[in-house]
Amino acid sequence: MLSKRIIPCLDVRAGKVTKGVEFKGNVDVGDPVAMAAAYYEQGADELVFYDITASNERRGIMIDVVRAVAREIFIPFSVGGGLRTLEDMRAVLLAGAEKVSIDSGAVRNPEIITQGARAFGSQCIVLSMQVKKTGARPAVPSGYEVVIDGGRLFTGKDAIEWAREGERLGAGELCINSIDRDGTNAGFELDLTGAISRAVSIPVIASGGAGEPEHLRRAFIEAGADAAIVASMVHYGTWPIPAIKRYLHERGVEVRSAPAAG
Amino acid sequence: MIAIVDYRAGNLTSVASALEHLGHRCEITDRPDQIRMAERVILPGVGAAGATMDNLRRLQLDRVLREDVIAAGKPFLGICIGIQILMDRSEEDDARCLGVVAGEVRRFPHAIDGRPLKVPQIGWNRVHQLRPHPIFEGVSDHSHFYFVNSYYPVPADPSVVIAAAEHGVTFCAAIGRDRLVATQFHLEKSGAAGLRVLDNFCRL
Repeated sequence: MLSKRIIPCLDVRAGKVTKGVEFKGNVDVGDPVAMAAAYYEQGADELVFYDITASNERRGIMIDVVRAVAREIFIPFSVGGGLRTLEDMRAVLLAGAEKVSIDSGAVRNPEIITQGARAFGSQCIVLSMQVKKTGARPAVPSGYEVVIDGGRLFTGKDAIEWAREGERLGAGELCINSIDRDGTNAGFELDLTGAISRAVSIPVIASGGAGEPEHLRRAFIEAGADAAIVASMVHYGTWPIPAIKRYLHERGVEVRSAPAAG
Repeated sequence: MIAIVDYRAGNLTSVASALEHLGHRCEITDRPDQIRMAERVILPGVGAAGATMDNLRRLQLDRVLREDVIAAGKPFLGICIGIQILMDRSEEDDARCLGVVAGEVRRFPHAIDGRPLKVPQIGWNRVHQLRPHPIFEGVSDHSHFYFVNSYYPVPADPSVVIAAAEHGVTFCAAIGRDRLVATQFHLEKSGAAGLRVLDNFCRL
């Protein structure tokens, strides 16, 4: 039986990790390579890096970060942010990332999901989506709408339909990020995560809102998520990963054993 | 020197990083002479069975692996697709494989007792050690390893299966026969436990 994965998320801007609240007011919290190594030692199951600058001239900085991280940690990690073409994907995979995460680029050009899956295998392709609750209407029957470009552009796409389409196009995993919950520490958007988890048969990663271990337990048990993204609760040291795993383990959630204390 | 077989797919650099971290010299190569000269050979990676076999044949490495490495008793480690292509054939792409271990490769079922099974299996799963083997020295039984697979090997001779895991079905997670070793899980992405198995292979 697969264990539930805990995935610290590192937003990287110009080579530094930042963590903002609802995509505004980012502050530097550290060096991505040092943070990756620390989470690896703590027993993180996987890491995800989002390049939030993602302009072409900065891409090189991110590739250097990926290369340095790949030399330090021996767990999977994915890289996202501004990946639009097969060449963008190839560059981060060759630098040592296990997976690529595509988001706005896939909404604009869904074919990139299929091309990526053909070239590198479905398991490499994580379709990440930013979702906002905008109310049910004919085009968005679930009331959850996909937004792109860092939350600025509403697409009129229904999140659950987009999840199904992503699976059909060849995505190997889905990462569901609730913009309403991002940075709030108020818990994951369980209705959204649960609806998508029931709609597809590929792994689903809950993202946005983790503030305490109980939020992860509910995402795994109530919403059926396979993995959960954590950011501020681990970045600021409020909840070290071994403590989160102990909490989950004591409540019957299958987790990969954290390294022994001390 | 350890040769990492370059068959134009898979994430070869992560295996090289792990070996270098452990202090072992390695080279990523597609040259038959280098593979023949190497002390050990690793075939890592992610990929589809059909494409992997096509590339190995095109590079004329299928015979090198079969005859000069495996039949010659050189320590060989297959990882992920590297365990599957040891079998006779795979359901994936209906591919004919190397045929050095009798058996076939099957896809995970779509559902178990009417409940959908998530395929690919992506994540950390417990590995049950079925018999003692030097690659598991210092690794606790039931340790977690990282898997990414939609298919799994089914060897005809159960005595070569040294470890198993569960994902809807109980499946062969590792094979050991003489100095031929192969794992369905990714040693280079399985944290300390994976590094230990990799290091054990380098001392085999």
